[in-house]
Amino acid sequence: MPYQSYIKKVSGQKAKEIMLFTLSTCIWCKKTKALLKDLGLEHSYVDVDLLFGRDQEDAYDTMNKFSHSTSFPTIIINNGEDIIIGFEEDKLRNLK
Amino acid sequence: MENNNNAAGKNQVNDLFNKLSSFQTRGYFLNHDENFTKAIITGLLFNETRYGYQSCPCRLATGDKAKDLDIICPCDYRDADVAEYGACLCGLYISKKAYLNKEKVKPAPERRPREESKNKITYMDPVRSSGFDGDKDNKNLIVNNMQTSNGVKNDKKQLADLSYPVLRCKVCGYICARAEAPDICPICGADKDRFERFI
Repeated sequence: MPYQSYIKKVSGQKAKEIMLFTLSTCIWCKKTKALLKDLGLEHSYVDVDLLFGRDQEDAYDTMNKFSHSTSFPTIIINNGEDIIIGFEEDKLRNLK
Repeated sequence: MENNNNAAGKNQVNDLFNKLSSFQTRGYFLNHDENFTKAIITGLLFNETRYGYQSCPCRLATGDKAKDLDIICPCDYRDADVAEYGACLCGLYISKKAYLNKEKVKPAPERRPREESKNKITYMDPVRSSGFDGDKDNKNLIVNNMQTSNGVKNDKKQLADLSYPVLRCKVCGYICARAEAPDICPICGADKDRFERFI
């Protein structure tokens, strides 16, 4: 099953298409999710560490392809129009 | 804040928090934000449960200890990050200055080389586990590009005269000359498998 089926959607105001690659244990990923929720922005996320085998590789490769980044969270805006790596509070607030 | 890694009990979190706090006397400062710090510790304990070791909660581990050795907390990159950015990648450890001034820290950017990251691991630098065979091994010592203070290439003979190998803790840089690495680094508390042969 492709990793896409593990993507979770958080509803809210749809400003831009926001896709997060996160780790379930990562504090900065948690802060990012919490901030987007507080801002009321619709977004999707997948916790890459909770995937296994092919699914995990697919997700990791996709994130890598977009961002050339190996760190979390990686946030893909509008399918690659913009990328935010890490908990960049100001940039995240500007998504609104 | 969302927290879905609640496998560890409160006592476990507090125990590890206290243990890590004790390293402050050696110059390692935990983040002053206790809730934040305990959330990271919860992640460490969750990783210990699922992987068998406390790998960095902010990095993707492979589950293969040999491949993840450099990101087991404290990671090989902590000291450099704390020195340069005032905090390590996850923010568990911060500089003395940040600690004393209760500064709000930002996460350090990823320092780990890309090839060391998931699926592209070439990380193998085991400390000898068998005993050190002084004479035989000394003859095999080859260290290139060693320069003496006057710029003359050091002769291999001088290094071959070392009576013990020099071992280095990759976490904190502690150096010791002995046949085998200590079970636990006396400075930072890292396990034996974090030592490399330095000379």
